[in-house]
Amino acid sequence: MPQVISPARPRRTTELVLLLLALGIGLGAHLLSAIGMDREVTAEYWIQTGVLAIMALLFHLVLRLKARYADPYILPIAVTLNGLGIAMIHRLDLESGDNAADRQLLWTVVAMGAALVVLWFLRDHRLLRRRTYLFLIAAGLLLVLPLIPGLGMEINGARIWINLGVGSFQPGEVAKIMLAIFFAGYLSANRDLILLAGKKVGPVTFPRFRDMAPLVIAWIISMGVLVFQRDLGSAILFFGLFMAMIYLATSRVSWIILGLALVGVGGLIAINTISHVGLRVSAWLNAFDPEVYNRTGGSFQIVQGLFGLASGGLLGTGLGEGRPDIVAYANSDMIVASFGEELGFVGLAAIIMLLLLLVTRMMRAALGTRDTFGKLLAAGLAFTMALQCFVVIGGVTMVIPLTGLTTPFMAAGGSSLLANWIVVALVLLVSQAARRPVVVGPMVNASGTGSGHQDRSEPTSLPAPTTPGGER
Amino acid sequence: MNQAIRNTWAVVVALFLILLLAVSIIQVVAADALKNNDFNSRQLYQEFGAPRGPILVDGEPIAESVESSDDFNYQRVYHDGPLYSGLTGFYSLTFGATGLEEKMNRYLAGTSDGQFIDRVVELFSGTPMEGAQVELTIDPQMQQVAYDALPAGVQASAVITDPATGRILAMASRPSYDTNLLATHSGTRARANMEELQGLPGLSPYINRPTQTLAAPGSTFKLIDTVAMLESGEYAPDQMVPLPSRIILPNSNTPLGNFAAGLCNQHSQQTLEWIFAQSCNTPFAEAAMELGQDRIRTTAENFGFNQSLEIPLSVSASRFPEDLDDAALAQSSIGQRDVAATALQMNMVAAAIANDGTLMKPQLIDTIRGADLTTLEEPQPEVYKNSTSPEVAEQMTQMMKQVVQSGTAWQARSDQVEIAAKTGTAQLDPESGKVNSWITGFAPADDPQVAVTLVYQNTDYEDGHMMTSANMKRIVEAVVEQ
Repeated sequence: MPQVISPARPRRTTELVLLLLALGIGLGAHLLSAIGMDREVTAEYWIQTGVLAIMALLFHLVLRLKARYADPYILPIAVTLNGLGIAMIHRLDLESGDNAADRQLLWTVVAMGAALVVLWFLRDHRLLRRRTYLFLIAAGLLLVLPLIPGLGMEINGARIWINLGVGSFQPGEVAKIMLAIFFAGYLSANRDLILLAGKKVGPVTFPRFRDMAPLVIAWIISMGVLVFQRDLGSAILFFGLFMAMIYLATSRVSWIILGLALVGVGGLIAINTISHVGLRVSAWLNAFDPEVYNRTGGSFQIVQGLFGLASGGLLGTGLGEGRPDIVAYANSDMIVASFGEELGFVGLAAIIMLLLLLVTRMMRAALGTRDTFGKLLAAGLAFTMALQCFVVIGGVTMVIPLTGLTTPFMAAGGSSLLANWIVVALVLLVSQAARRPVVVGPMVNASGTGSGHQDRSEPTSLPAPTTPGGER
Repeated sequence: MNQAIRNTWAVVVALFLILLLAVSIIQVVAADALKNNDFNSRQLYQEFGAPRGPILVDGEPIAESVESSDDFNYQRVYHDGPLYSGLTGFYSLTFGATGLEEKMNRYLAGTSDGQFIDRVVELFSGTPMEGAQVELTIDPQMQQVAYDALPAGVQASAVITDPATGRILAMASRPSYDTNLLATHSGTRARANMEELQGLPGLSPYINRPTQTLAAPGSTFKLIDTVAMLESGEYAPDQMVPLPSRIILPNSNTPLGNFAAGLCNQHSQQTLEWIFAQSCNTPFAEAAMELGQDRIRTTAENFGFNQSLEIPLSVSASRFPEDLDDAALAQSSIGQRDVAATALQMNMVAAAIANDGTLMKPQLIDTIRGADLTTLEEPQPEVYKNSTSPEVAEQMTQMMKQVVQSGTAWQARSDQVEIAAKTGTAQLDPESGKVNSWITGFAPADDPQVAVTLVYQNTDYEDGHMMTSANMKRIVEAVVEQ
């Protein structure tokens, strides 16, 4: 395990500068869309940007106090995406007469607030590892909530929302994080057992069932619930999370290939037996067939999204100058098409690169931290976010069939926002552990193979560092 | 484990590269193909999102775009929809555009070459440009009079033109409909309305009856025969012509007779003028066979047959076919069988005679003005064809006066104005007795101001005959009073 040793630097000032830039981008997008639409810049514009700025700077302040070595890029990227999202949602509100931007702003405050609570009180992600099974139970409960009559809500055939009275909430988004914590905790503790105490069948070594059982049971329950809720997108995410975690913990490619093969078979069965899955796939394969285009649940929405992207072209129509409102769900599932139309290929490519950069920084935190649990947690969450981007943007661009998922930080939707900001908080804590000056006791090998395991026995907070050895 | 993280990251990068590739294909490589896709209504949305120019009659809009609060910023509104439906056509999100909305789209939408500067200004100022205004030659009062001459329930056309300039002063038709029904932005409602409209007998929202429906012209075609006869020099209006009560068509047993209830069969010969006024059939059939089909066809073509037009509404080519045998020629010469004409075509025949034998090009557009009222186009009167000589035209005028004075159109006789006209009745189906009833003519006979044509298609003989002459008189008197 080659390590790059460099002096630990907090780099909070870098973060502040980037944060101001991020807020500037959000404000610029907001004002440009007002000009493009020939609307007066009302107080609403300043309030929305102002509230986001206050929350972002508060976040920055908490990081200075509680996690000063955390990654300096993650927060500015998240704020940029969040600000762009609010600007676009507000712009679409003006066409539709909705007030989704206000709700999105409220959820942003709630989500960033929740993330701050996590940062402030958790302080070290390793504390989560002590309660792994608690998170499994919580995830299970959250997943079942939408199926409870009276509480659950069905929208467009998927039963994944619960009614909070003031609005709807998608508990699956938060359950995803809890499941990731459980997987990371279980795998980091039982990794050696799974790897070593197995039976060899041909070229593949299979783990003992009892070592894998908790994982498999957790996975089957969550997938089963999702099948009942008819939520294809989340099912893909949970499966991706599961596979990524196992690969990260074991490095066994053969198991992944086996898993993907099983999914391939399962997918084929689902396409042919479950009607709404089959419809989605045929809408993807024959999007321009008039019959498929015109039928309910057909390819109308996705084809309209393609037309929007095409009308944007290389440079886009300019914010406020296009007609993204023609596309159904322009501010949530299809927000990528809205940005593609108004900012063009150039702008959309920039957004995709920002998302890649965000995932990369999350992976970097995983790479840098010394404990297995942190590595698994950060990398697992990073991969899930990447997969989510791929599923939603790939769906809009016809790389894969369209499934209802939200673009992280941008799409209208409170649950997704809340979940993603909590992910940011967790990964920032992991990165804090990765980048903070390491404590090297006389018996501990801080850098090198197996460092993570020895770290487990260390107390979580120690006095001032003796040797700088953190990673950037 | 770090190697696994790095590998996972590589997978992530690959996934994002696939996304970038897909986005670049959609937005750059395939963008034009997608923009031109049949399902893509964004062009329409763009057009609907901008104020489209109005269509004006006497300065008042008959079609205009008003601001709306729905998805599209503007709604096309038609005033007096049924009165003008054939001319304006409709501008529908669901069904596209027809009529002038289609033909003048470049101007109305502001994409014509003349509006280039406006578009550049729009590019920089950001305010959506307004389309050009299209002013028609239509006179609103005459349009109303013409429309009122067509009772509800009939399939009929009325055309009034100015013979000296070719300007179309009125062009109305029945059945008509309210164009607003199809201009609605709601696809469901538009489709339901379209279905209902197409269920009405004789109505197609896609065509303008006076310029696009071909009907057997019946005896009005004798105008062409008579011009050919006079031009040949072998006939004169006061010349006595044999008048058999029936002839047997060559190479057949089919008889061709005169209208049984008329005066024709009381004479064995009469002057051409009298025969024309009474619209006897047999002398014209014999004359046509004698002159030959080429002569008749040439004369017909001199008046505009066998040629389509854009005024800019599409005018279907009226038909006088080639390679007729004598039997077909005989029947065609009395406006039956293979001959078919639009209402506008038969109006052009009368107008050319009224205008000393010179046929002016029919015009529907008066001026096209930009949103800032600068004139973009102003079509001038244009000679279309030299149909016949002034002498023949004068002889024809005198003969057409007799039709009204003492002939088949006596019901059109007016104390206020002298009318020159020719009636026609084309039998469609001997079983049902349904006919096309025509009248085409002009007034005042000595100083023609208007050429008027009426046709009632698929009507009972009595109804049609009554309506043509009486309404001719009513229209002309209204026009002269005005």
